Amino acid sequence: MDPWIENWTARINDAAGSAGQLAIRGGGSKTFYGGREQGERLDVGAYRGIVAYEPTELVVSARAGTPLVELTATLAEKGQWLAFEPPHFAPTATVGGMLASGLSGPRRQAVGAVRDFVLGVKLLNGLGEVLSFGGQVMKNVAGYDVSRLLAGSLGTLGVLLEVSLKVLPLPVAERSLRFAIDEATALQKLNQWGGRPLPISASAWHDGILTLRLSGAVAAVAAAERLLAGELMDAAEAEAYWRSLREQTHAFFAGDAPLWRLSLPSVAPPQGFGATLIEWGGAQRWLRAGDARALRSAAAKAGGHATLFRGDDALKAAVGVFQPLPAPLAQIHRNLKHAFDPQGVFNPGRMYPDF
Amino acid sequence: MRMPVTTLQDSTADRPFTVDRSLLIQRLREVLPAQALLFEEEDLRPYDCDGLTAFRQLPLLVTLPEDEAQVQAILRICHELRAPVVARGAATGLSGGATPHADGVLVALAKLKKIISVDPVSRTAVVQPGVRNLAVSEAAAPYGLYYAPDPSSQIACTIGGNVAENSGGVHCLKYGLTVHNVLRVRGLSIEGEIVEFGNAALDAPGYDLLALLNGSEGLLALITEVTVKLTPKPELAQVVIASFADVRRAGDAVASIIAAGIIPAGLEMMDRRAILAVEPYANAGYDMDAEAILLCESDGTPEEVAEEIGRMTAVLEKSGAAGIRVSQNEAERLKFWAGRKAAFPAVGRLTPDYLCMDGTIPRKHLADMLEAIAALSGKYSLRCANVFHAGDGNLHPLIMYDANQPGELERATAFGAEILELSVHFGGTITGEHGVGIEKIDLMAEQFTLAEIGAFHRLKAAFDEHGLLNPGKGVPTLARCREYTLARGGGEQNSMNSMNSSRQ
Repeated sequence: MDPWIENWTARINDAAGSAGQLAIRGGGSKTFYGGREQGERLDVGAYRGIVAYEPTELVVSARAGTPLVELTATLAEKGQWLAFEPPHFAPTATVGGMLASGLSGPRRQAVGAVRDFVLGVKLLNGLGEVLSFGGQVMKNVAGYDVSRLLAGSLGTLGVLLEVSLKVLPLPVAERSLRFAIDEATALQKLNQWGGRPLPISASAWHDGILTLRLSGAVAAVAAAERLLAGELMDAAEAEAYWRSLREQTHAFFAGDAPLWRLSLPSVAPPQGFGATLIEWGGAQRWLRAGDARALRSAAAKAGGHATLFRGDDALKAAVGVFQPLPAPLAQIHRNLKHAFDPQGVFNPGRMYPDF
Repeated sequence: MRMPVTTLQDSTADRPFTVDRSLLIQRLREVLPAQALLFEEEDLRPYDCDGLTAFRQLPLLVTLPEDEAQVQAILRICHELRAPVVARGAATGLSGGATPHADGVLVALAKLKKIISVDPVSRTAVVQPGVRNLAVSEAAAPYGLYYAPDPSSQIACTIGGNVAENSGGVHCLKYGLTVHNVLRVRGLSIEGEIVEFGNAALDAPGYDLLALLNGSEGLLALITEVTVKLTPKPELAQVVIASFADVRRAGDAVASIIAAGIIPAGLEMMDRRAILAVEPYANAGYDMDAEAILLCESDGTPEEVAEEIGRMTAVLEKSGAAGIRVSQNEAERLKFWAGRKAAFPAVGRLTPDYLCMDGTIPRKHLADMLEAIAALSGKYSLRCANVFHAGDGNLHPLIMYDANQPGELERATAFGAEILELSVHFGGTITGEHGVGIEKIDLMAEQFTLAEIGAFHRLKAAFDEHGLLNPGKGVPTLARCREYTLARGGGEQNSMNSMNSSRQ
């Protein structure tokens, strides 16, 4: 067996036998996300490298510690990419962290999230077993879809060893357009356009400006550009803008004020909690202020949920990072945690305080 | 607080259930109208199988609930009396996922067929599980929207079944499977508690249970309502038919299209035997001299389609296509597709019975796989036609046999098992979209180790402690896996080895 895996298995077994806990860490780029790290550090970033990549199969398999920048560069050489535009948040970001955090970038509404692109995983569970689920093919319904379950599981179910992902060709053409409109009009327009076959690949509204990105075939992008008649952005400026949203380096995200993420139906009206940055056609809304209880109740009322995306440990401990679950779902969560990690070794408290 | 480690126990699959039939009937009568409860043998008979007609089993009784409250009442009683529960939609499934359980209650959801809402602004529809797949697209059509997953059975199959099986279709390379097109599933746990997986937004807090529910074959919860995503209908679609003088060239052409950065809306392949079966039946205009044909679809704006069809045609020509035709109008496009969509009934005309396989393989092994199938066809003296979702590597060999000829069903089954073992060998899977059900349950041991099967059982127990939901489907007991391994050559099979090594 691989010496790394052997070493980690021993650490897991030790922890399981002595009421110990392990905090799994890849590149440490998303440690801020979720509950505070607890337990002894288990560094897994060294388990890296692309295992298999065949552009004509549209599939890449990489060890979980593979840096995202390395994977992205390899795909780009063949004109392909991870179409859900995963945020890095630091140059050290890894493939495993990308899957465990379950976060996706500006293209989420158009093409799907990381959970929609994961095809298979290899996992080290709390019993020290190496398990493979899914595979390297697009269609696979043998066994439960554990690979997708692991997207966004924040390392609470095991140590990710290897991930297989669907990749797509890079868009041939891309154009970004700007419109000066208010929040309510922007939401209305976005939902209207969303019902038409337009090649909209990203959208963002902030401070009276709606920015749209069109991606696809040259002819389709050109036709949509004429139809929508916004102000065309300079290509380099547009690329920097979308990157600043993906990486949260945009001025909206600066400062120490808590950052709330509301995941709502795209048609939900403006929520009125102060400065807002809207993405995903209205389905993702960022806020810098607001009372946790009021935000969560507004989000639930609208059919979604609110996450304390960034905040200090005291606030996280006081209000919880994620929207509390209804009792039957909370029970299923505890049962699933127990199914994969019966001794509660992995990433305690990262998702919910009770496991 | 520490919980004890769950022992790696076998699922309840082959565990005997002791159900008091008369007590069950008495209790169900208290909560269901008379017409919603069937228990006379002649009433049960029509429910004895799903699309996998080779396996028939009478249920203990059948319930036909008319609303969620009745489903809830049934589940509470079954849970209390420890009676197995099998959900059934239109019973078009091909792997026996809805085959009844001898000691269990079949919950037929056909009466839950209301389209609750279609919202063109949010591009979503809320439907009950018994709504037919195509009915969703029909209801959305006035708004220029449709429901993208289109399994071949879409006229009859229901959304509840689509979620349970994570159904695909001919357009899923570009538009995704059921799991990519469902936002929320409302259902009932085996205890009869209402559970909502996903919501009206794009994600939900906690584990992605919505993804887990898709393709769970009725083993985790009973579905009572589904919110689906609706997709804007493309302005135009056109299809290219390319014929090839040999199968390997056709397979290579598929890889070349993808390598050129094209994601076709549909990319299908048929071999010679399938073409010969289909053409006299459907008059689709296929080249009867070809060894293989490819159907390659483009959709989008007229400008986009023109550009993409040009690129596809260039790649196909370079790949050595013997003939290329592009549909010139919608009627011709539908005619070209009609042949592919009629493949199963067309083959059905040529043979008393057939088995439909469902392995998925990496595309690069396509030609090797077809050669291997040709060899197996000789070995078992059975004909086999191949239709193939080439774009995503999902192969449907149709093995023809006659159940009235002694030994033919057994030969066909063995032939199919060899194809699926080869699928795993090529790095693929035993089922791409039809599900494991009872049909492929033993073959799970070919694809998964004992440790992985054990993990599936623990996952199942997280939802259904007593194993009452659809027992005997999807995941084999560990005992069955060991038997399979022994029968296949005793202990040298990978599952035993990796089980041992990961336990050291």
